[in-house]
Amino acid sequence: MTLMRKIKPYALHLIIMGVGILMLYPVLWMISSSFKPTNQIFTQSGLWPSSFTFEHYHDGWFGLRNVEFGRFFLNSFLLCLVAVLGTVVSSSMAAFAFARIEFPLRKLWFALMLGTFMLPGHVTLIPQYTIFHEIGWVDTFLPLTVPKFFADAFYVFLMVQFIRGIPKELDESAAIDGCGWFTLYFKIILPLATPALMTAAIFTFMATWDDFFGQLIYLSDIKKFTVPLGLRLFLDSTGNSNWGAVFAMSVLSVVPSLIVYFMGQKYFTEGIATTGLKG
Amino acid sequence: MQKYKTYLAGYAFLLPWLIGFLALTLGPIIASMYLSFTQYDLLTAPKWVGLDNYKTMFNDDFRLEDSVKVTFKYVLLSVPLKLAFALLLAIMLNQGLRMLHFYRTIYYIPSLLGGSVAISVLWKQVFDQEGIFNRMLAIFGIEGPAWISNPHYSIYSLIGLSIWQFGSVMIIFLAGLKQIPQELYEAATVDGAGIMRKFARITMPLLTPVIFFNLTITLIQSFQTFTKAFVISGGTGGPINSTLLYSLYLYMKGFTFMEMGYASAMAWLLLAIIAAFTGVLFLTSRFWVFYSDGGK
Repeated sequence: MTLMRKIKPYALHLIIMGVGILMLYPVLWMISSSFKPTNQIFTQSGLWPSSFTFEHYHDGWFGLRNVEFGRFFLNSFLLCLVAVLGTVVSSSMAAFAFARIEFPLRKLWFALMLGTFMLPGHVTLIPQYTIFHEIGWVDTFLPLTVPKFFADAFYVFLMVQFIRGIPKELDESAAIDGCGWFTLYFKIILPLATPALMTAAIFTFMATWDDFFGQLIYLSDIKKFTVPLGLRLFLDSTGNSNWGAVFAMSVLSVVPSLIVYFMGQKYFTEGIATTGLKG
Repeated sequence: MQKYKTYLAGYAFLLPWLIGFLALTLGPIIASMYLSFTQYDLLTAPKWVGLDNYKTMFNDDFRLEDSVKVTFKYVLLSVPLKLAFALLLAIMLNQGLRMLHFYRTIYYIPSLLGGSVAISVLWKQVFDQEGIFNRMLAIFGIEGPAWISNPHYSIYSLIGLSIWQFGSVMIIFLAGLKQIPQELYEAATVDGAGIMRKFARITMPLLTPVIFFNLTITLIQSFQTFTKAFVISGGTGGPINSTLLYSLYLYMKGFTFMEMGYASAMAWLLLAIIAAFTGVLFLTSRFWVFYSDGGK
């Protein structure tokens, strides 16, 4: 029994570590392959390249005619930036209204918002596309950015939960000091709700960065392509001829997600545990 | 007077959401319902065809039948396995180990990256006939098939990719496990309960609300999987419809063949399927989900 007790943690570490390495192996292999000379990629399963080359990064970056990968990154960053801004501002406004202000039909609107939670995007997809087509927004960034300024039910809910935890006495003393609703929202609630705002910002960034479907249906001009679209185009045009370059661009394409993840890890874990986001 | 000012403030703050809700959610829901009874190609006005789209869906569209079967297979295999892996790892991580933070980070990375085109690209290569997965199998003397290009196996590469992303579910389980009072285990130990008994009588019952939550969320998400199937099959759902997940077929109908009325009808069928599954979960939940506060 005591022997079991002593061994148990080590055995557990061993299993957990082993499974972890096995899971990450494909990703590590991709990273290492992006630095291997082409003739070694499929002949060596080892992770450490016997000779390093940066050729694939150069080939990939300039691999498509007329457009560089830099353009895709710029477009993706632009979309993410606007999406994050729009989502955080509009969702926090709605959350503030739901959590702090008494007005008619509040409960009804809140219930309707929760009702849209589980609605698959497919149901609204075609009419939304039709609207954007009619107003001439297809093949612009507008269908991918403007809707973000109309708040997202998930983040509104997340923020409502958070704001409810902020003591109401603050509102009262603010009112006594002559603060209006806007001052209360901007100067008191927003700063205190920073963790919830950060969570929403990080998740929005990730979701927008990886939003292949939306970008696929709305963007067709290669100059407006984002990283996922560019990568997929590159895969299709290069095919099996230059896996090194495809891997190199794949590696670059996930770097922003990884950076944001490691910077905002605290908010991440909290966000997942409270909302179950990101599958 | 003051009261109306408050009302006004409420609606002012709510306005962005309200506009979005009416114009981009509620309106489109109604429009989508209407479009599902029409023939519509975006360029000419929708033409009313009554129940034709639905009749075609249920009687004549063999590709849709394939697509539904493939999707069910994908969901019914990947969801339970993903949850099982997530729970197993969460329990192991919850044994008071050091480096918990590190492990959690490692295990979350696949969930973080799994939705990207990059990982689907990688997957295509890993599960190729000559890919590293088969090369690993070869070490054990097993000759693996062409996981992507053989229609019998291609769906399993998608299922594998989905299971691989169990990290986010695991984190939710981990949070749930931390909520279970340690005293219960101590009391059970005093009473002489073994590991299995503690698991069956304490961990599982107290974790059922979290299982229920994860099951619902994962199920809904799985029914809507798109990117993996699109990238791995090169946008075709092939070979022979074997990776034609529902969302992919809906996309093809709507945006490749421009049958937008039909695609709308397909969206409603998807909603009905998801509603049926979650409905069953909710209805049966009172028999198997245990709320320690006696239910809310």
